[in-house]
Amino acid sequence: MRKENPDKTAVRHNIYEEHDSERKGLLTVRGLVSAFDTERGLLRAVDGVSFSVDRGKTLGIVGESGCGKSVTAMSLISLLPRPAGRVLEGEVLFKGEDLQQVPEKRLHGIRGGEIGTIFQEPMTALNPVHRIGRQVSEVFRLHKQMDKKEAWEAAIEALRMTRIPSPEIRVGDYPHQLSGGMRQRVVIAMALACQPDLLIADEPTTALDVTVQAQILDLIQGLQAEMGMATILITHDLGVIAENCDEVVVMYAGRVVERAPVVELFANPLHAYTRGLLNSIPRLSLPPKTELNTIPGMVAALSEMASGCRFCQRMERESSLGDERPEFREISPGHWVEECPECYGGEAHEAA
Amino acid sequence: MSEARPGGPLLSVQNLKVHFPVRSGLMLRQTGKVKAVDGVALEIGEGETVGLVGESGCGKSTLAKAVVRLLKPNEGTVTFGGTEITALAPRVLRPFRREMQMIFQDPVESLNPRQSVRQIIEEPLVIHREGDAGARRRRVDELLERVGLPPNSGEKFAFEFSGGQRQRIGIARAIALNPRFIVCDEPVSALDVSVQSQIINLLLELQSEMGISYLFIAHDLAVVQHISDQVAVMYLGKIVELASAEAIYQRPCHAYTKALLSAIPEADPAAERERILLEGDVPSPINPPAGSAFGHRISHPRYEETIGMDLSLVEIESGHWVARDPCCLSEEDWKKVQ
Repeated sequence: MRKENPDKTAVRHNIYEEHDSERKGLLTVRGLVSAFDTERGLLRAVDGVSFSVDRGKTLGIVGESGCGKSVTAMSLISLLPRPAGRVLEGEVLFKGEDLQQVPEKRLHGIRGGEIGTIFQEPMTALNPVHRIGRQVSEVFRLHKQMDKKEAWEAAIEALRMTRIPSPEIRVGDYPHQLSGGMRQRVVIAMALACQPDLLIADEPTTALDVTVQAQILDLIQGLQAEMGMATILITHDLGVIAENCDEVVVMYAGRVVERAPVVELFANPLHAYTRGLLNSIPRLSLPPKTELNTIPGMVAALSEMASGCRFCQRMERESSLGDERPEFREISPGHWVEECPECYGGEAHEAA
Repeated sequence: MSEARPGGPLLSVQNLKVHFPVRSGLMLRQTGKVKAVDGVALEIGEGETVGLVGESGCGKSTLAKAVVRLLKPNEGTVTFGGTEITALAPRVLRPFRREMQMIFQDPVESLNPRQSVRQIIEEPLVIHREGDAGARRRRVDELLERVGLPPNSGEKFAFEFSGGQRQRIGIARAIALNPRFIVCDEPVSALDVSVQSQIINLLLELQSEMGISYLFIAHDLAVVQHISDQVAVMYLGKIVELASAEAIYQRPCHAYTKALLSAIPEADPAAERERILLEGDVPSPINPPAGSAFGHRISHPRYEETIGMDLSLVEIESGHWVARDPCCLSEEDWKKVQ
């Protein structure tokens, strides 16, 4: 599968080696490091992230704002804002090809063709001065070499697929004529137009009402089952994760602190950060007006990130590993955790 | 300052209507109106929290603005502490302003980027001529500490803070004058869960210390349920169900409340639940359906019956009010309200 010299990769990412030895996923990300050039120097927004997604499955990436979720998504398809942002290290293997190495032209074919993307704000994803029909049919013209008329017809079908009522009329609308939920359906129609193998959905429902969110997630799930595509669902909402994902990656400060199948993660969260997140959600079962659990402190600025355990840095405690980065290890089958003795380990567990 | 009648509610809203004109054509003639708030009644007691939920565009924020008189209602009354404030002139209204404050959703846009945090928090004190410069300075320091901001924050600007801290600045400004009532318009919607819970805890603490009443608007029903005593569910300018937070969650009566509740994603992958998927979006408040608005959305077979029917709230159980609407009640509940 690998194109690179295996020895070189082994040196760079030895701690992730066991990760995917037995998994042949659709997408495998290994040791991804993305950074931005800023006045304060080179800041690593994503610092060694590894995961993989199998065909037909949904991987959730969860974490707070600024933890690197979106930068990870952008890095996968080389969409980091240039020249400031770039991928420093790591590989993104998609169907055996390293997307960091492929020529730009091939990337154009992959984005929108084999990998579809949905971003948070549907208004900014759509061009306000073009009819939605033109924007959706553009995908068909680019990737399927259809002529104008065919592409327009295909656009109507794509809109129908996302259950937009009377698509043959709506196709002539401008984005501002549609509601938020309808706009997001248009974005989904564009993302799924070419029946991609992988869909990257970055906070697809955050700007929407719960009722519309339920419609959109239901739609994505339905289409996913129909097409057999894999999905990477990025969100900060643990409820959305619980209901839609097969596997979950929990990110904190640019790193993955825990990764597990969804049922396992919610039943048996191991890392202190994951536990903190799960405990701080108000639940319908909690008695009203009681104090909620919180995670004390704040995420440090990127320029001040510790090289050792970053959650210990937030909790203002010394990690017994000092400045050494905790190892990311498989504790039980499929359940990986960053092994900082303070955040995960016998003592931390008894305390919790 | 007039005191509330003992035992009476701090704030009482009766039949409140806020309509906005829709103008079109060359002469901008009024061609219709948006009935943003269309006949709402609500009471909030001392130290009580009423949660207000509903989809975007249902009129939640307009209602909130009308309650604190940032908007003048077209009809109906708002009574605060026993005095009707619906039609008071700005000068007469001023003493009431200090008792009613607001916390906004977007802590970036609601804080002046050119003012230091000290100036922002001090402003209400200056406007209401509270103390001299020294006393105000001490009060701001006290407020910063109370909302959990570092002591040197006063000399910084809002953009230097994270979202959660900015919301704390907004809260410090809102409590500067020791108000009795605060409208919280989606105060935690833009925050991450761990920060969200910190802000909710702060609001709960302030309430028990200072006895503040809240009108708490949010679209996250789990948050609303956690912080509220009473919950009002709003649909297209009208309240369709009003009950204690517990009753709303344990025994929702209105079909819309049930749909909203079932749409909340639950952070438990093992939970088996039935989801009621609503089709379409909230209908436009410009030309609302003649009968039951929600019955129309779900194309209920009994929709025709509701045209011209009185769909106002009835008390189905003690303290539990629901719209008397055959499209939205179960048969059993419908019989009860006959």
